[in-house]
Amino acid sequence: MFKRIKPIIKKEIRQISRDRRTLGVLIFQPVFLLVMFGYALNFDVRHIAIAVYDQDKTKVSRDFVNSFLHSEYFDLKYYLKGEKEISELLDERKVWVVMVIPKDFSRKLLSGQEAKIQILIDGSNASQATTVAAYTSGLVQSYSIKILSEMFMRKRGMTLSLPVDFRPRVWYNPELKSVKFLIPGLMAFILTISAVISTSLSVVREKERGTMEQIMVSPVKPIELIIGKTIPYVFISLATAYMILLISYLLFDFEVKGSQFLLFFVILLYLFIALGAGLFISTVSNTQQVAFQLSTIFTMLPTFLLSGFVFPIRNMPFAIQLVTMIVPARYFLVALRSIILKGMGIGAFWHQVIFMIVFGISINALSWVRMRNKRL
Amino acid sequence: MSEPAISVHNLTKRFGDFLAVNNVSFQVGKGEIFGFLGANGAGKSTTIRMLCGLLSSTSGTATVAGYEINQQPEKVKENIGYMSQKFSLYDDLTVRENIRFFGGVYGLRGKELKDRMEWAVEMAGLQGRENSLTVELAGGWKQRLALGCAILHNPKIVFLDEPTGGVDPVSRRNFWELINQLSEQGTTVFVTTHYLDEAEYANRIMLIQAGEIIAGGSPKELKETHIKNPILEVECDQVVSAMEILQQQDWVIETTIFGTYLHTSVTNEDEGRKKIQKVLAENNISIKRMDRIVPSLEDVFIYLIDQGSPAAKEESR
Repeated sequence: MFKRIKPIIKKEIRQISRDRRTLGVLIFQPVFLLVMFGYALNFDVRHIAIAVYDQDKTKVSRDFVNSFLHSEYFDLKYYLKGEKEISELLDERKVWVVMVIPKDFSRKLLSGQEAKIQILIDGSNASQATTVAAYTSGLVQSYSIKILSEMFMRKRGMTLSLPVDFRPRVWYNPELKSVKFLIPGLMAFILTISAVISTSLSVVREKERGTMEQIMVSPVKPIELIIGKTIPYVFISLATAYMILLISYLLFDFEVKGSQFLLFFVILLYLFIALGAGLFISTVSNTQQVAFQLSTIFTMLPTFLLSGFVFPIRNMPFAIQLVTMIVPARYFLVALRSIILKGMGIGAFWHQVIFMIVFGISINALSWVRMRNKRL
Repeated sequence: MSEPAISVHNLTKRFGDFLAVNNVSFQVGKGEIFGFLGANGAGKSTTIRMLCGLLSSTSGTATVAGYEINQQPEKVKENIGYMSQKFSLYDDLTVRENIRFFGGVYGLRGKELKDRMEWAVEMAGLQGRENSLTVELAGGWKQRLALGCAILHNPKIVFLDEPTGGVDPVSRRNFWELINQLSEQGTTVFVTTHYLDEAEYANRIMLIQAGEIIAGGSPKELKETHIKNPILEVECDQVVSAMEILQQQDWVIETTIFGTYLHTSVTNEDEGRKKIQKVLAENNISIKRMDRIVPSLEDVFIYLIDQGSPAAKEESR
């Protein structure tokens, strides 16, 4: 059987290496996407433009404002003189946040009364507004605690201990950088594109050229053709996967926490599914254009939207959550994040692995049956 | 007589409501050049694809090289070569790489592969261009290379599906010389074409129309069986009015314009000559030349299609 597979593999590698443009896309696309996503698709909210309308104008109020500016979250852009300017700045989107400190702020604070401040947030981007509100309330609270403990110190001569001391520590991604969260998803996304699209196009191209017919009249069996055509793409996709890891390490100090062996196994398993999907698409399309569109609609988009790559699945409506169950990238992503970010063993994601095996066998069997029955 | 190379019994292929090939039976002897003729869509390609195992038949049986096409498709595939009108080569591979690939797929190795490669390069006339990409080759060379790749493994039977489409006349003639050589070496050649002049090269011809075989035999037999009346080629002035005049004569069976001449078929040659001369002289049309000609396959084909057309069948009832 192998004697007929070998010439097919050799031929396929020659064709790939001769098609410089496609090869270039296969190699540089991961780099490009990684840089794009790594730098542009950033969910971190930093350096928010803020305007301050300080009616109090005392040392205490300036102190309060400074506590905001010391963090890297807020950048003071405007120091306002009148109330009119507030709506102007927000309307023209010159600032995200306006802080209004009333005249009696320092007096009330020093006399132990409740001092009030007003924070105005531009809510046109809901998720950013929520984040900004959370930062603000955190900063205000820690300032309050600081004042409280100072007063306690002065009056009682002892330090204040809080009933509940909240000290968050974030595991797996301590700096809370969204790029670290995105890389595993990006890997699934890029592997889906390169594996599904390149296999489906390479098979359909043979149909278009008539060379498929020429192979089908030879003693080559469909299974031999499938193996011969996919092996080169397995290697290219594996190379792509490890290139993503290498670039992530170089650009974002991204390291794999868990077992390299497990990682390799999971990637290989996902490629098995992706190549099977590519083959299946090639059995239902007769032109490269159709194959490309089907690959985009049925694999690339679900991987982007429904795998939990960018949008968390638990925030989706229940019906959509059900749909995500049949997106293999979803399971791949859980396994990847477990290995790469958390350094976990197979015990944490074995049911994902089982699903992937079942899915991979089904899609490959289906495309094999279609290829056989159709006689192309 | 030895066992035929191809033997087809009541072969039928139906695509939904469309009957592409309807109950076709025929045999092809070993070493024969068998021409399969018909208009586009008549069922030529469908038949050839069933015989090569690319398509399953709806009903009927066929054996190719002694193997039943639906029972032992793998055995059939080992013994046939197939080349289609697309000249299915890899454009992005060189001449040598194409040959190596197709040789490898048919299990050729080492010295055998090397010998056959040299043979194929020579046959296609591509010496010195082994490292050119196939996309750079002109039609005729591509065609011969495709044939070379299809018969690297020395198959007993070669199926050629409109092998001369889109190729210049000189290349077409060269190609038929190759086919003749193959046949002389004992290979059976099954070829479809819609070029009627090419069909003259075949030992035996089968005419298919709307999925049914309407005639078969050697070119000579076909002409003798279907064109019984002598045909006179007339070169004269005013061809169109001459044709109109002759068509009105009840002793003229048929008259048509062929280029700048008239082809007139009559029941008796000598009588016909005299009558044509007389009737045209009466109408002041001078005749430059009048000869009896051997009918071409085109004459036969046009006659048969007219006979086989639904309108003609309707009239004969």
